[in-house]
Amino acid sequence: MLLQGYGTLLAAGALLTLKVALLSLLAAFVIGIAAASLKLSRQSAAAAIATAYTTVIRGIPDLVLMLLIYYSLQIWLNDWTDSLHLAQIDIDPFAAAVLTLGFIYGAYFAETLRGAFLSVPRGQMDAALAIGMKRQQAFRRILFPQMMRFALPGLTNNWLVLLKSAGLVSLLGLDDLVHAARQAGNATAQQFLFYTVVALVFLAFTTISQLALRPLQRAYSHGVRKAQL
Amino acid sequence: MMELIHAYWRNYLWSDGYVISGLAMTLWLLVIACTIGFCLAIPLAIARASERSWLAKPVWLFTYVFRGTPLFVQLLLIYSGLGSLRAIQASPLLWDFFREGFNCTIVALTLNTAAYSTEIFAGAIEASPYGEVEAGRAIGMSTWKLYRRIILPSALRRALPAYSNEVIFMLHATSVAFTATVPDLLKVAVDVNAATFMTFEAYGIAALLYLAVTFLLVGAFRAAERRWLAYLQPLHHH
Amino acid sequence: MQNLRIEDLHKSYGEQEVLKGISLTAQTGEVVSIIGASGSGKSTLLRCINFLEQPDSGRICLGADEIRIVRDRHGGTKAADRERLRRMRSRLGMVFQHFNLWSHMTVLQNITEGPTQVLGLGKTEAHKRARYYLGQVGLIGIENRYPVQLSGGQQQRVAIARALAMEPEILLFDEPTSALDPELVGEVLKVMRQLAAEGRTMIIVTHEMRFAREVSSKTIFLHAGKIEEQGAPDRLFMAPESARLRAFLSSQCQ
Repeated sequence: MLLQGYGTLLAAGALLTLKVALLSLLAAFVIGIAAASLKLSRQSAAAAIATAYTTVIRGIPDLVLMLLIYYSLQIWLNDWTDSLHLAQIDIDPFAAAVLTLGFIYGAYFAETLRGAFLSVPRGQMDAALAIGMKRQQAFRRILFPQMMRFALPGLTNNWLVLLKSAGLVSLLGLDDLVHAARQAGNATAQQFLFYTVVALVFLAFTTISQLALRPLQRAYSHGVRKAQL
Repeated sequence: MMELIHAYWRNYLWSDGYVISGLAMTLWLLVIACTIGFCLAIPLAIARASERSWLAKPVWLFTYVFRGTPLFVQLLLIYSGLGSLRAIQASPLLWDFFREGFNCTIVALTLNTAAYSTEIFAGAIEASPYGEVEAGRAIGMSTWKLYRRIILPSALRRALPAYSNEVIFMLHATSVAFTATVPDLLKVAVDVNAATFMTFEAYGIAALLYLAVTFLLVGAFRAAERRWLAYLQPLHHH
Repeated sequence: MQNLRIEDLHKSYGEQEVLKGISLTAQTGEVVSIIGASGSGKSTLLRCINFLEQPDSGRICLGADEIRIVRDRHGGTKAADRERLRRMRSRLGMVFQHFNLWSHMTVLQNITEGPTQVLGLGKTEAHKRARYYLGQVGLIGIENRYPVQLSGGQQQRVAIARALAMEPEILLFDEPTSALDPELVGEVLKVMRQLAAEGRTMIIVTHEMRFAREVSSKTIFLHAGKIEEQGAPDRLFMAPESARLRAFLSSQCQ
């Protein structure tokens, strides 16, 4: 058999990697929306905090941030429980990884969403308000759909980067696809084979993502004329 | 914190007494990978933007694979994977080369940035203003001259914003070198953490150094854009 | 009956005062044209009426309804009662220089959006209205097209139909033909002439002098944020009293 019995292990690892990536996507999207709104708000304190967040996070390698946050979280929690004389709480590695990745990529999502928001011509909102729509109505029906049209290419790219970053969680001790491949490779002395499998799995993930997002991009592009090449 | 900085600042910045380490190693990796990658990317981009599919398709496959897989996995393949192949084990030259973590990291980083840069430059070449190319042909320029004097200078300038992003991504990507035992900035942080258990400080200093270099690069590229892309800015109204 | 009354409107952008105490009225059925050089404050005045720009002080009354101006948290001004403002906006129709049709919606969706989302009309009722007003502006059969597929003149006429579908008391036009190619200006002016002939109350900021003269019942000449001269268009255009108006008119190619 090609995979010499390690197929199940690899599949389990791939599933874990995918789960980490998808849950981190959710976290990053939520944090991104919050940060983008803060950055665009008129209150300068909120905007400054959000700007500091996006600037600092995007200026540091994600691997460095992952190690910094992941290990510091547990240490801070221990210090805190110690000071309260409580028993030590162990952070679940999976949850910690998801929160870490979500926190890091929230900054990238925030920038993409903010750029998309600023790309919608102001006149579109003017027309909505002039007709007597409530602000919230106008945002939901006029601003947001057009924002998405601008945001989707950037968000797709953000997702692909996040997905590939999820490949690093073995360095945090998680039993992901890379970890499984390392075990299999070392046991059989066929590291090249198993790392190739990992590469192919990631290639499949990224390809499927792009294929799945293309119809979505098309759906939001109604009423846009593509540049003639 | 201060004792930590006092004890390890040299390691973080340039040397641990034996080899180049820390920031110096990170920058060294960045410069080599980006230089070779840039030189590879230009002919590859021309091929990628070409109408001849026998030229374009193989390059497309290369960029598709290298952009669709994580750099970490690419490094693992080269560092831990190649060594298990009999072909590599049989050749003393290749074996010695790929045994070194540094060499493997350079190869992985270079191929990775070459792939992304190829896509960026190919996009810029394809977006060449049709009229400018036509004018060149009308004068009687050969294809080689056309590329060298008209298409490439214009495309590379227009690619500057996207390429500057790529260089910054590369700076961040070099951090993966520590998994190949290369003593880059992150490896120093990992070692300091192992020695002192001051996790936040150890990684925090590395993070700040990356942040500082990122700011410098952003500033440098912004200045470059102002100089080389000035002709694309709208005229100021007085 | 006085429909719209504006008293002593002031507006500054930082140090620069753009509207220096404007007062004007529009009776039902009046067509008021506002002319003036660029920077005279014409568009700002119009956009203050429905609070797309926030006036610094003054009174704006539509019929018996008045929108009070108060200071907001950031040192600027805003409408005191948001709901009241919203209701007033739905009684005013605005046509913009750059059309501002919602690009992700079809023509039909653009026109029915206001009636369904703001006036609470049912879908069939809204569709009926939309088709009626599309017919009024001379555009039958394009209801499923997207704005990007229409010419500028067509887009502006759809924008007029969109404003009409709200069945407003007053129509505000902000340089409706300035962004159009010359050949397309005529079709929009034709629709506006029609509306004026129907007896609609209109306030039009425009550069089209001949049109303003032919269609409006009152012309206001704005200069540097003040009303320099106002009156019947025939008198204003034929025998301008102020020197500035004379200079302005002679600079316009007739």
